[in-house]
Amino acid sequence: MTLDPNTLLAILAMAAATVLTRVSGLVLIHFVTIGANQKRALEAIPPAVLMAVIAPTALVTGPAETLAALATALAAMRLPLLAAVATGVLVVAVGRAVIRV
Amino acid sequence: MKSARAFEDFLGGVRAIAPLIVAVVPIGLVFGAVAATKGLSSLEVGLMSALVFAGGSQFVALDIWTNPAAWAALGFSALLVNIRHLLMSASIGTKMPAFSAPAKYAAMLLLADEIWAMAEVRASDARLTPAWYAGLAVPFYLVWVLASLAGSIAGAFLGDPKAIGLDFAFPAVFIVLVMGFWKGRETGTVLAASAAAAVLTQQLLPGVWYIAAGAAAGVAATLLTGQRREACA
Repeated sequence: MTLDPNTLLAILAMAAATVLTRVSGLVLIHFVTIGANQKRALEAIPPAVLMAVIAPTALVTGPAETLAALATALAAMRLPLLAAVATGVLVVAVGRAVIRV
Repeated sequence: MKSARAFEDFLGGVRAIAPLIVAVVPIGLVFGAVAATKGLSSLEVGLMSALVFAGGSQFVALDIWTNPAAWAALGFSALLVNIRHLLMSASIGTKMPAFSAPAKYAAMLLLADEIWAMAEVRASDARLTPAWYAGLAVPFYLVWVLASLAGSIAGAFLGDPKAIGLDFAFPAVFIVLVMGFWKGRETGTVLAASAAAAVLTQQLLPGVWYIAAGAAAGVAATLLTGQRREACA
């Protein structure tokens, strides 16, 4: 069990940066009045952020990932969360094994 | 009676986050194992997970890890990777009338992607209470810290998570959540703009600018379509 001072400093810097990003949104909405446009922008944030996170994996990583993303989206219309996720994991595993690039 | 209600809410949060907890265990194990190969001790791994609690930025940190650790570069990369949290806290912050001001700020300290997404889903069809949020955040936090600790101890014993597709668990969770935010054609516009900008940016720029670019493009698209509708009306 060692704790290197440089590592500790790095962890604290990362923690400070993360906390800053997490509270600054709250501070921001104190100063910006929420009109119709701001409300529409805020409503678009959740799907826009989630889509941005998954787009490179889903669209340009490989055929197995694209196929699995599609399967997950279709499964999500019918199945509960965990079952849809299991579908995606299964399809990507099988796809990577079958499709040789 | 009030505390019984709060307990029920807490359990509701736990039930909502349970599938994501199942999904985060392998990710935490992998994080701990990779960190061990970079020379981090179990204590350091546990501390990072407990204090930073942001998986994406923790993986990026391992990518650029040096010995001795370069704190300024690591802190700056965490800022870039996590800048999306600004948008997330601005969005969920407007949906927390049941929270006192200190409770709101305390809740933000645990605003990991998965917790934020489940809180948004909850707020879209019910009142988001502090107890329900705690039910989301507390078990998820504990499991993340414990799983990364266990991974750093088990280290080399773990196989390659890619071989069994486990690295796809989180993209899959996010895909399911995106489907839940579907509200018709306007959502389609947001998603298309975000996906296009994210993919383009990811191909052109290193690092994680693509998340900020996709988010910005999605928001811009919704504002533009809104303006056009007003012009037509």
